[in-house]
Amino acid sequence: MRLAHVHGPASLAHGRVARNLPWKVRMSDDTPLSPLDEPGIAAAVEAALKAFDAATDLDGLKQARLAHLGEHSPLALANRAIGGLAPADKGTAGRLLGAARGRLNAALAERQAVLEAERDARVLVEEAVDVTLPVDRRPLGARHPLETLQERVADIFVAMGWEIAEGPELEAEWFNFDALNFGVDHPARQMQDTFFVDAGAGAESGLVLRTHTSPVQARSLLERELPVYIACPGKVFRTDELDATHTPVFHQVEGLAVDKGLTMAHLKGTLDHFVRSIFGPEARTRLRPAYFPFTEPSAEMDLWFPQKKGGPGWIEWGGCGMVNPNVLRACGVDPDVYSGFAFGMGIERTLMLRHEIADMHDMVEGDVRFSTQFGTEI
Amino acid sequence: MPRIPLTWLAEHVELPAGLTAEQLAADLVRVGLEEEAIHAAAVTGPLVVGEVVELTPEEQKNGKTINWCRVDVGPEHNEPGGTPRGIVCGAHNFVVGDRVVVALPGAVLPGPFAIASRKTYGHVSDGMICSARELGLGEDHAGIIVLSTLGIDAEVGTDARELLGLGDEVLEINVTPDRGYCFSMRGVAREYSHSTGAWFTDRGLASDAQRAPVSGGFAVEIDDAAPVDGVPGADRFVAQVVRGVRANDPSPQWMQRRLTQAGMRPIGLAVDVTNYVMLDLGQPLHAYDLDKVAEPIVVRRAAPGERMRTLDDVDRALDPEDLLITDSPGGVRASRVIGLAAVMGGGDSEVGPGTTDLLIEAAHFDPITVARTARRHKLPSEAAKRFERGVDPQLPRVAVARAVALLTEHGGGVADDGLTDVNATTAPAPITLDVTLPARLVGVPYTADEVVETVTEIGCAVGDVVDGTVQVLPPTWRPDLVVGVDLVEEVARLRGYDAIPSIVPDAPVGRGLTHGQRTRRSVARALAEAGLVEVLSYPFVSTEQLDALGLPADDARRRAVRLVNPLSDAQPYLRTNLLVTLLDTARRNVSRGVVDVAVFEIGLVTRPLAGAPVAPRLPGGVRPSDEDLAAIEAAVPPQPRRVAGVLAGNVFPSGWWGPGRKADYTDAIAAAEKVAQIVGVPLVVSADADHAPWHPGRCARLTTADGTLVGHAGELHPKVVAAHHLPARAVAFELDLDVLLAHAPHDPVQAHPVSPFPVAKEDVALVVPAEVPAADVLAAVRDGASSSPAGDVVEDVRLFDVYVGDQVPAGTRSLAFALRLRAADRTLTAQEQAAVRDAVVAATHERFGATLRA
Repeated sequence: MRLAHVHGPASLAHGRVARNLPWKVRMSDDTPLSPLDEPGIAAAVEAALKAFDAATDLDGLKQARLAHLGEHSPLALANRAIGGLAPADKGTAGRLLGAARGRLNAALAERQAVLEAERDARVLVEEAVDVTLPVDRRPLGARHPLETLQERVADIFVAMGWEIAEGPELEAEWFNFDALNFGVDHPARQMQDTFFVDAGAGAESGLVLRTHTSPVQARSLLERELPVYIACPGKVFRTDELDATHTPVFHQVEGLAVDKGLTMAHLKGTLDHFVRSIFGPEARTRLRPAYFPFTEPSAEMDLWFPQKKGGPGWIEWGGCGMVNPNVLRACGVDPDVYSGFAFGMGIERTLMLRHEIADMHDMVEGDVRFSTQFGTEI
Repeated sequence: MPRIPLTWLAEHVELPAGLTAEQLAADLVRVGLEEEAIHAAAVTGPLVVGEVVELTPEEQKNGKTINWCRVDVGPEHNEPGGTPRGIVCGAHNFVVGDRVVVALPGAVLPGPFAIASRKTYGHVSDGMICSARELGLGEDHAGIIVLSTLGIDAEVGTDARELLGLGDEVLEINVTPDRGYCFSMRGVAREYSHSTGAWFTDRGLASDAQRAPVSGGFAVEIDDAAPVDGVPGADRFVAQVVRGVRANDPSPQWMQRRLTQAGMRPIGLAVDVTNYVMLDLGQPLHAYDLDKVAEPIVVRRAAPGERMRTLDDVDRALDPEDLLITDSPGGVRASRVIGLAAVMGGGDSEVGPGTTDLLIEAAHFDPITVARTARRHKLPSEAAKRFERGVDPQLPRVAVARAVALLTEHGGGVADDGLTDVNATTAPAPITLDVTLPARLVGVPYTADEVVETVTEIGCAVGDVVDGTVQVLPPTWRPDLVVGVDLVEEVARLRGYDAIPSIVPDAPVGRGLTHGQRTRRSVARALAEAGLVEVLSYPFVSTEQLDALGLPADDARRRAVRLVNPLSDAQPYLRTNLLVTLLDTARRNVSRGVVDVAVFEIGLVTRPLAGAPVAPRLPGGVRPSDEDLAAIEAAVPPQPRRVAGVLAGNVFPSGWWGPGRKADYTDAIAAAEKVAQIVGVPLVVSADADHAPWHPGRCARLTTADGTLVGHAGELHPKVVAAHHLPARAVAFELDLDVLLAHAPHDPVQAHPVSPFPVAKEDVALVVPAEVPAADVLAAVRDGASSSPAGDVVEDVRLFDVYVGDQVPAGTRSLAFALRLRAADRTLTAQEQAAVRDAVVAATHERFGATLRA
């Protein structure tokens, strides 16, 4: 491990000690060591080796080095004295001192390595922190689960080759009702609990808050080339007071396929695939006869729900059917050539089922504590 | 929705012994009649017929006399050893030998009232002798039920629940709008037969005699001068006179019980019979006091300005589309209104206390006329509910005959021989059915025989198969059967939806999500990952909410769509911006203790255009012309998709690491820039001193390079912060995502090669007049740097220091920029680097008088 980048109390202390090093070298006696004094040199080497071994840290070793190998050390002084020797002695003295210094340098390096390793190990221990301290300095936000669920649903249909269509929430009555075969006086139109728009002075504006995402189907059929396979997730509105199971603003996803040769079997196949994708491999659907102005035949769709409270069972999940020929005609599609199926279900209900949400309030009030539970994926 | 007592249904169709309401519901749901509720039996536990064998009146201290009785309730229920039960009874309308109804310990009567053995008046009373009211059989509480007075002769020990129908469960079903005939026992019985194959007897079919012409009845004329959509308001009017009827007597016990079970209140014989026949067969009827109606009755539309006082004592202004029943007092034809057809009668002609002679009416009215009148006057009557959904036009004669029979049987009297039958009904139109259509639409290989068999079963008259098609004449009670697909549903439904296989269709290859859809997801995700929480808020707002934003009176955001029927009258408008509702959401979070709040919302707002046209009324079933479609589009107000966020309190929390950081205007602008960056649109930031709800000195106006407004961001106005009870210095942003997406680059990014040459760093500190916006100086620095002789070498420019103080002249500030310079093809020389620096100084000096800081 490289320790060059380590900054910490240990390395700072090391620097400080180095600066305060006493430069004056204490000698053992006043007589200089002769470069030819072989026993003297041997004694100096022994003393140095002892000092190196006795050093317990890098500072101590440095002092020992300066004392025994520094420029004022006996061996250094002896080395310097070689110059004053008779030429015949210079070689002997040089060899003697060279061997001594070589031995000491090797011993020093060895000791240095040991002490550095000790220091490095100590520094790592001393630098330890409490990694369990809370570190949530930058909190993560969250998506609203109704939005992520709609995206998840969209992905399922996109994977089947379908496309995602969108449209306005404040919609022309023609798209919301007439195009979908709701007669002006038909009870079904009255049962939709519609928000109507004021045109002022009691006049009719011809606008409503869409009661379902079906107007997007009509718009898509008018705008797109056939065949059409689309899913329309989005916000819809009914005049229901907010309570545990109702909300005036909620979300649906509807699907529409118009092609040659489509049957209710294709509708059922699509629904079965969809519920398995959302609720897991055990999920399946059941169709029951029903009535919707925009489909004929029409069906209520039940979902087999293994996690149902009180034991597995069927629960109502949405409506569907074969697109009524009048709807196709209103959108310029020839019902003698094309057939289609459509279905729709509530996103809130799906979310409530999937995540055991008991009360609608949590989904609509915008309390961040609700969304935060879900994070950014669903 | 209709309630079906099982014993009543059994009069029309064979029900298996022991059928429960739950099983009936399961059988009916298969053919499309959904369960709404199951109403439990009125009485549970032992309720038996007993005979009073001893009766000892005992006077009590309180002056009351009770009867200490011994009642023989049969060997199964008597005391061990066969002793009759001892029961205390407060009523006095019976004698020894009378057979009575006894509730034994363990029984539960309506209330619920549990019967137990109890000590009272010095005896152990081991049950209760019941009155009609205690059993929920009516209001009679004058005394206990003596069975002989009801004409009931039953053995001691007989189960009285069964005898009196008190053990009946009642199934309430939900009838879809296309099946009006199921608002009757007749119709539900038919469906039960379809589901199970049980033997069904149609009691609503007219006999040959009931189809024959009649004469001599009460004079009635149908005179509709203004049919709606060409359909006369009434096409059938059958009436018959019955004289000498005890019209106000209570109806028979069984009838009262069935009416009660079906959810109607028994009133008196005449009214009860009309209700009973309606529930039984589906034909609404009306009983008039014959003495109070003058011939002829005329069915006509209301005259302009005409009024009537209805039975509920409300004086109503009539609409010329309202269909009226009128009579002709003093020989003045059609001068007096006696009823709003199928919706409500007038007070004048109703059955009253002295009524003995009745005129019984059963008519057939146009669904649309009835629906509109019921809606207009907010009078959703039982009759209107049926007519709106379609009533069998061949029922009136059958229903009148049935009502007359019940009246004379239970109220005495004699029916006149004469009978009125004004009949302008037309037969249903035949449907040409391709016998392969059901298989082609449902995906089950039904044979032609199966198709013919099924449509015959539902009551259609079916011709022979010719060239793959058959002529199908729907029955008169199925006005919903008009075209081939209607019959397809019948085939699928009766043959069972369970038979439909599950096949995933092969959709053509798709193009995936659109650029806009993908980008919106990225925006939402980036904001969430930046610490904001996505919320959704209702789009309904009040004037006060717009006021709380501090919007000036002429602000465009005050021009809002108004709802006719808002949930709350206080919030009738649709939001014109997201912040108006998002700030409320932020407030709610703060009030719930989430003081550091960072929320965002993506959603539509509605921006109506002044003077926008009204959407044209167009019919369904036919494609509108392109011009009409354009007219519809023009009437729908623009609804841009916005993204908005509010941050208040700490954006980074305080903790063991030190203090947190409060949200400030930079967080709002940074979030807005992040959004624009994700879309790929560079934003131009400038100060906006006049845009609510922001602080006039801390609001950034955000535009695209071509000057299109994208939105605003910055610190909220202190008054807005206070009005929403948010932490001080809360900040917000709101951007138009549609504008951003419209400006998003469509061409693929053309990548620049990455230069391998070393970077040259150059810091330049400039002293500029304090009022010059940093963004302008930054732009000038870039421009200057790029125009030096060194060429296009600017890799990055960052403002790294802003200084105001003693070291620069008053009225100026120092802005320090770090430039990163790099050439694509060489190492920059010191001379080139200096040239860039000089160019920066020159450019900023020229524009703002900037000088290099000493």
